[in-house]
Amino acid sequence: MAKPSNFKFDTLSLHAGQRPDPSTGARATPIYQSASFVFRDTDFAVGLFNIERAGHVYSRLSNPTTAVLEERIAALENGVGGIATASGQAAMHLAIATIVSSGDHIVASRSIYGGTHNLLAYTLPRFGIETTFVDPRDSNAFKKAIRGNTRLVFGEILGNPGLEVFNIPDIAEVAHAASLPLLVDATFATPYLCKPIDFGADLVMHSATKFLSGHGVVIGGLLVDGGTFDWEASGKFPTLSEPYDGFHNLNFSEEFGPAAFITRARKEGLRDFGACMSPTTAFQILQGIETLPLRMQRHVENTHGVIEFLAEQEEVEWLNHPVLESHPDHQLAKSLLPKGCGAVFSFGIKGGRDAGIKFIESLDVFSHLANVGDAKSLVIHPASTTHHRMDADALEKAGISEGLIRLSIGLEDITDLTADLKRGLRSSQK
Amino acid sequence: MYFEVRGEKTYCSNGTGSIDPNRQSVVFVHGAGLDHSTFVLASRHFARQKFNVYAIDLPAHGRSDGAALDSISELAKWLRDALENLEIKQTSLIGYSMGSLICLQFAADYPEYLRSMALVGTSIPMPVSDPLLNAAKDNSHEAFDMANTWSHSKIAQLGGNENPGISMMMSGQRLLEASREDVFFADLKACNEFTNSLELAEQITIKTLVFVGDQDQMTTPVKALKVAESIPNCEVIYLSPAGHAMFSEHPNAVLDGLIKII
Repeated sequence: MAKPSNFKFDTLSLHAGQRPDPSTGARATPIYQSASFVFRDTDFAVGLFNIERAGHVYSRLSNPTTAVLEERIAALENGVGGIATASGQAAMHLAIATIVSSGDHIVASRSIYGGTHNLLAYTLPRFGIETTFVDPRDSNAFKKAIRGNTRLVFGEILGNPGLEVFNIPDIAEVAHAASLPLLVDATFATPYLCKPIDFGADLVMHSATKFLSGHGVVIGGLLVDGGTFDWEASGKFPTLSEPYDGFHNLNFSEEFGPAAFITRARKEGLRDFGACMSPTTAFQILQGIETLPLRMQRHVENTHGVIEFLAEQEEVEWLNHPVLESHPDHQLAKSLLPKGCGAVFSFGIKGGRDAGIKFIESLDVFSHLANVGDAKSLVIHPASTTHHRMDADALEKAGISEGLIRLSIGLEDITDLTADLKRGLRSSQK
Repeated sequence: MYFEVRGEKTYCSNGTGSIDPNRQSVVFVHGAGLDHSTFVLASRHFARQKFNVYAIDLPAHGRSDGAALDSISELAKWLRDALENLEIKQTSLIGYSMGSLICLQFAADYPEYLRSMALVGTSIPMPVSDPLLNAAKDNSHEAFDMANTWSHSKIAQLGGNENPGISMMMSGQRLLEASREDVFFADLKACNEFTNSLELAEQITIKTLVFVGDQDQMTTPVKALKVAESIPNCEVIYLSPAGHAMFSEHPNAVLDGLIKII
């Protein structure tokens, strides 16, 4: 697949999408905290509204600071374009709303983020969109679940909570054979560890709140269009291949070719649903991305250190990460994620729910909260927090044991992390 | 819209505008391996300004059927046939890269069709390097990588698009990747074998505008300026920093220039 730029990933992480500010010389990306932008003249204004001029009108549609972030993620993912959204959920919704309509159907991995599961399983059916959930390791299950009205195939690069490695090449082949696009949530990997478009995905989304930012101070999402899917040849996507009344009969595929999806997503999705990102948030995410390669290397290095440590602890009942040879996707991970499988994983603590609570409450360096991908190490015990209403049977059906602990490994000194975990493990058994 | 040229289904974008025989026309001719979408913003502008817009997909490009033509003179003849079939008596003609050669040849051979002309990224001759030509001959992806990289100024390779959120590099890359087998090679071969001298440009009588990119590696500024100097009635717009892909790198400045001549 494409290697279009002479510039390498680390350079693009720092520079893509931005030039020194032409009016001030500012080297950092300025925060253009402005709701709207003055038109050069009336004809230029009409041209902006009619997509014949390049530029900005109103920050719900685009903003110079946010545009830098959008171009940067597009460059890092090898996509034709990106859109920044108010959250990862908003990016997911924007992807779906651009190509899926009432009466349509989605096939999704069943090992996905709870918020995405809620959207697909409970909320979208109210709008006439159904989803069939399948085993992410079973490409045949994806194939069988595809119906005549299916319009999207979806999975997460690393499943939740089992860290199933999503076989992008295989699932993309299944999707494409049915003339369907594949959308991948690559939040846990970031483009540093895996670029799904290079493996056959057509669309990629991120919760930029996580590793892309690293600092945990903003909520944001990103949607990237690979520009690889032929919407018109598919014959299943009238929003992209037929004249659109809402834009004076514009046919997005005909006019914008490879950028049809991302153009419609902006011109309709941001315009009408309005889940845009603020320029200040975009600036903060950009600060994170500048150090993404360095941070991800350290996240992976520390994760491997923690896994080695946990593997030797008698209080640990089981340990799950694709870096382990015992993980079912160990070999696939080597091929799709050769630099590492991220820094979020689970292990089981002996003693079940009570031991889990004691463990959590004994930690000092790890922060007990509902987030992942921060520079600081994080921990959560689903049985006593996010899934506290579930009994042992219900938890098991959700793939979560009472003693499951989820860690998000940060950038602290590894000896401090293992010392903290050691204290927690000892306390859990008292 | 679709129409026929030499019995083959041929496509041209009208910029989501309508066609009225009483209006003036603007015809766009794309570069090697590309299609009408190169001109999407300008097409939409002139359509709104009540021009009849025809951003044509050459044979075997974009949405047009037929086989790729491998000489510029044959492409110029094909363009005349296309204009005839579209019942265009006189038009402004805008050519990008290989399209600029087609326009130059067309302007020399069929000046009666033209009102004005703009050439974006041009050179006479237009030699193609052996590595690029050989890679294209092999339908190797490296041909797209080379052409796309060399078509953008160094700064544009990092981005900073006037068009929010769109990657100039990847958009160019995907467009080339969508080209049909052997088509990119046929186009590059046609450019490489265009042996006319600057005398061709000296024959052109219509008002012409040449866009020059200061970092253009495909059609260098020196060569583009020589073309401009050879055309008797010619103006130059010098863009900086700009590579070959000026429609992508400077969409507003290019459109501003086109508005002046059309």
